[in-house]
Amino acid sequence: MDDYNFAYLDEETKRMIRRAILKGVAIPGYQVPFASREMPMPYGWGTGGVQVSAACLTPEDCFKVIDQGADDTTNAVSIRKFFERTAGVATTERTAEATVIQTRHRIPETALTEGQILVYQVPIPEPLRFLEPRETETRRMHALEDYGLMHVKLYEDIARHGEIATAYAYPVKVEGRYVMDPSPIPKFDNPKMEMAAIQLFGAGREQRIYAIPPYSQVVSLDFEDHPFVPGKAPHDCALCGASDTYLDEIITDDAGARMYVCSDTDYCAGRRGDYCAGRRGEAI
Amino acid sequence: MYVAVKGGEQAIDAAHDWLAEERRGDVAVPELSVAQIREQMALAVNRVMAEGSLYDPDLAALAIKQARGDLIEAIFLIRAYRTTLPRFGSAQPVETGQMACDRRISATFKDAPGGQVLGPTFDYTHRLIDFALAAEGEPPVAREGEANAEAMPRVTGMLGRDGLIQQEAPSDEAPPDLTRTPLEFPATRPLRLQALTRGDEGFVLSMAYSTQRGYGRNHPFVGELRIGAVPVEMEIPELGFAVEIGEVVLTECETVNQFIGSKTEPPQFTRGYGLVFGQTERKAISMALVDRALRCEELGEDNLGAPAQDEEFVIAHSDNIQATGFLEHIKLPHYVDFQAELELVRKLRSEAMAEHREAAE
Repeated sequence: MDDYNFAYLDEETKRMIRRAILKGVAIPGYQVPFASREMPMPYGWGTGGVQVSAACLTPEDCFKVIDQGADDTTNAVSIRKFFERTAGVATTERTAEATVIQTRHRIPETALTEGQILVYQVPIPEPLRFLEPRETETRRMHALEDYGLMHVKLYEDIARHGEIATAYAYPVKVEGRYVMDPSPIPKFDNPKMEMAAIQLFGAGREQRIYAIPPYSQVVSLDFEDHPFVPGKAPHDCALCGASDTYLDEIITDDAGARMYVCSDTDYCAGRRGDYCAGRRGEAI
Repeated sequence: MYVAVKGGEQAIDAAHDWLAEERRGDVAVPELSVAQIREQMALAVNRVMAEGSLYDPDLAALAIKQARGDLIEAIFLIRAYRTTLPRFGSAQPVETGQMACDRRISATFKDAPGGQVLGPTFDYTHRLIDFALAAEGEPPVAREGEANAEAMPRVTGMLGRDGLIQQEAPSDEAPPDLTRTPLEFPATRPLRLQALTRGDEGFVLSMAYSTQRGYGRNHPFVGELRIGAVPVEMEIPELGFAVEIGEVVLTECETVNQFIGSKTEPPQFTRGYGLVFGQTERKAISMALVDRALRCEELGEDNLGAPAQDEEFVIAHSDNIQATGFLEHIKLPHYVDFQAELELVRKLRSEAMAEHREAAE
């Protein structure tokens, strides 16, 4: 892969992305427009996250990629291979070892620490998009902190269903200012967003980057009489017995039998003392 | 006993091998060469260059081969390659009035200086399957004519001399680059035109068609459609003057549309503009109609709320690489989100059923 720069993107592009990231960190929760590049993988496959990771990675980094909490889902494998090829960085499946973690739809169960970067892949960065399709309007609403529409939506959920009927991509308010889409993570993960690591969000097709600096306040929207409740399946993991992790439901036969296992495969394997892979990936 | 699904890596490698084998097809049939695609599938190559925003017929032909003829996939390959190329600078604006035209027609004047040139068009072919093409034979030879030495000035230029068509304000400003700056709304006309020229042919066609059927009608006449080669010149800083660096084939369409006028300005025609790489006239005409529809407010027309008049709607959805990516990504795993929905629906159902039971008791 000598034809391509370290981590694929040219340095000018990385500089442009880093500027957007810095702006995002300076204005927590604000969506910064950036000149997203066409990547050699389709829009919708994590092109925003990949560009943010490419702009963050250094040769010394140790990189982890998860999709749905697992390191071995096909798209996680594909993105990990992409950076093994183009950056030659060390990769790992262990959350604690990684310096940069790219994720789709989950936050690892293992608490992240200072110095780690969590990069989210974001399909639709605008939390107000399905209430107001026009970008010109939603940008105005953010500028004026006009979030009434969102509260009306949550209220209508309660009126219709008795509770807020949003199970993932549950909207949050960051540092008391911007309402932000946490990407399609289950609301179970929302409380983890107040963390020690830097959280960066990349939306390639929509050309937006946003960020949550370490230890920022992240509040899931709710009402006093209908407080936010993170939800999960009322079971323990069938493999490691954990009672406090987010679970995947697996259909095991056609007679309705099911089992529940940790969605975070690294966390589950760690609890079972069953690490099969340590560091992996050699530079080429 | 359930074992956590592993093997994504092997599955991907195996899928890629299988894809490569399927691409080649029956090995008893000779393999297509890139040159064959370039020469004999030229209109597909043109579309890939236009929507890939990269003028390179050989590369486009290779992409079509690699993509097994899936043109959107081929466009994607070209785009992903293009984005890695450095930008050396901007060429001088091409002078389409000096185009060496293979085809030049006007629907507004029976004749014009330079004449009407039909060129290699399907327009008056009868769409009957030519079974003779199934057999390989002697290559067809077109009859030769005298080369036309007459200049072919643009038709709208002739209207413009009499003030009959609105003049666009000239500008020496370098236009913004859609591929290097994030698109923000409202966009400017140069950005809109860039988005339309690389937009999906089918989408732009349907948007244009919708204006013809009354959703933002703008009464277009094809003032002129011309296809041919133009030289590309670039100013080299070290030299201090412009030199020709190559030649591109373009299709240009200018439509002459409904006039506007006011108390201070006498009525005059307006125009829509289409310019696309290669011989791509369906796209160029469509582009001109959509460009004109998007100018409704600038030209003081009522915005009827038609889709083709809505800049954000048109531009945000015209790119087929963005569209196909986001559309197809829903086949990726979503079981974490789905699990969250599943739990929520189960909870809502159990609450609702408990209420029903209470009501029944």
